[in-house]
Amino acid sequence: MPSEPILSVRNVSKAFGAVQALNRVSFDVAPGQVVALAGDNGAGKSTLIKAISGVFRHDEGDILLESKPIDFATPQEARDSGIETIYQDLALADNLSIGENIFLGREPKRTLFGFLPILDRKKMAAAAQETMARLDFHVTRLDAPVAAFSGGQRQAIAIGRALFWNARLVIMDEPTAALGVPEQRRVLALIKSLKAQGKGVIFISHNLRDIFEVADDIVVFRRGENAGARKPAATSHDEIVKLMVGG
Amino acid sequence: MASPTASETIDAQSPRIAGRSGPHPILVRIAELRAWLFLILLIVFFEIWSRASGGDSFIFSIYNLQSITVFATAPLFLALGQTFVIISAGIDLSLGFIMGLSSVIAAHSANYLLGWGVHPLLATLIACLFGSAIALLPGLVNGWLIAQLKVPPFIGTLGMYGVARGSAYLFAGGMTVAIENDWYSAIGNGRVYGVPVLVILAVIACLILHYVLTQTRFGQHTYAMGASKAAASRAGINLKRLTLKIYLLSALMAGVAGVLYTGRFSAGAPQAGEPLLLDSIAAVVIGGASLFGGSGTISGTVAGALVIAVIQYGLVFIDVEPFWQFIAVGAVIIVSVLVDQAQRRLTGGRLAE
Repeated sequence: MPSEPILSVRNVSKAFGAVQALNRVSFDVAPGQVVALAGDNGAGKSTLIKAISGVFRHDEGDILLESKPIDFATPQEARDSGIETIYQDLALADNLSIGENIFLGREPKRTLFGFLPILDRKKMAAAAQETMARLDFHVTRLDAPVAAFSGGQRQAIAIGRALFWNARLVIMDEPTAALGVPEQRRVLALIKSLKAQGKGVIFISHNLRDIFEVADDIVVFRRGENAGARKPAATSHDEIVKLMVGG
Repeated sequence: MASPTASETIDAQSPRIAGRSGPHPILVRIAELRAWLFLILLIVFFEIWSRASGGDSFIFSIYNLQSITVFATAPLFLALGQTFVIISAGIDLSLGFIMGLSSVIAAHSANYLLGWGVHPLLATLIACLFGSAIALLPGLVNGWLIAQLKVPPFIGTLGMYGVARGSAYLFAGGMTVAIENDWYSAIGNGRVYGVPVLVILAVIACLILHYVLTQTRFGQHTYAMGASKAAASRAGINLKRLTLKIYLLSALMAGVAGVLYTGRFSAGAPQAGEPLLLDSIAAVVIGGASLFGGSGTISGTVAGALVIAVIQYGLVFIDVEPFWQFIAVGAVIIVSVLVDQAQRRLTGGRLAE
């Protein structure tokens, strides 16, 4: 296990009015490590990743990115610092190609006839091909809108976008929830591939089998608090469920 | 650290991303160009009908070509702006009366300037600029309502429809505002080598907006916003600013349409764009855009505007009662949407519900 964590969450708390959504939670993510966050609905998993990815600010405690404290005001700031969040609904524009999605919001330009700035679609297509190849997807229809691809392939595109922008930490919220079984397998393989490339991964899932397959660490939350952390090899489904529900 | 199993699994399961098996790309291409195909079919139909009944040629007539293209320009200017709005999954119902407002303001400006002794050409230019610019005001309010106050576009622009309509009639004193300015009238009626000035201006506007839609970040983000606001916003696109720009652009195009109307009829009229609003939406839809957002092209919109103009002019040309125009245009809109849905099913895209 590498020593220096990419992300350290230290005693982070967040309240919404009278509701204490997070109460002094802590965990680390190292390079090449997959940390699964487990917990029942309302346990605070989503609140925590939103605090990390800049959707809102936490009240107390520290979030350290490579030992530097971070406090992002917007998701854009988090992304610029190398934290990429992949949501369940993927956040892809269905009508745009893979390359156009990868570059959405940061489109490259070139100049036509020496004066007319235009979008550099060749560069976008090349980046799409190269990035998807890093995930062992070899794209043949670079100009096809992403709507033409299957759910698992779309997950790969979202992950590819994170890879292209040199994300150091990839947060995946229920990435397998809407997929069929073969596609779920493929997404788990993608997570392993991110791990092999030295990225830190935070993986949220309701599916314990998926968690046990890819996670290096399982951090369990209950009612906004740390309920325990386990290594998959040293625990069982039953124990994790017990930690989740208490008792 | 490296995990060879990961790569193997992917290799085994997904050697290629080829997209879902759909029809041949050429079929997709043809479907995209259906508005142009339909236009050609219409022209052939009117040509055959006209010849068969012993009349003159429909399309091989300079007079007819000039009339149809000039006829198409006013709804086209509205439709060009509407294209951006509809791609962004919005709708702008206020365009017709923004056009009327600009038409009246431009006519008044031209008259006042002339009264102050300004040269007619300079008066024309200033009136055109001012008339177009005044349209940005209702556009700004539309954008602000929709972007900032989260008013649904249908309601926000319906409100502006009323406000612009009332303002236009108030400024015009309930009448039309006649101008006496040969320079200004020349913009609406002049020709360069036989090509009407209005048509030249429309072609320039189409080229510029085609460039903006396909080659700028603004255009790209408009498509993204229409497909998924969540995706666009998570990619760091400022949706409020984008929305504001889109409604400013569509209002500006309506302003230009109004200013040109004043030139064509030598009068500013509050009701100038009243019948054109629905034509503008129809042109965009016939051109292949979905009212659910995310699709549409300038080329399609041009074809859509020409389809409507050819139907309206052609039916008069072959002596059919004018009321059939409404039925024909209505039927074409419905058929376009049905074809669009069938095409989406065929090409594997999802149907926007």
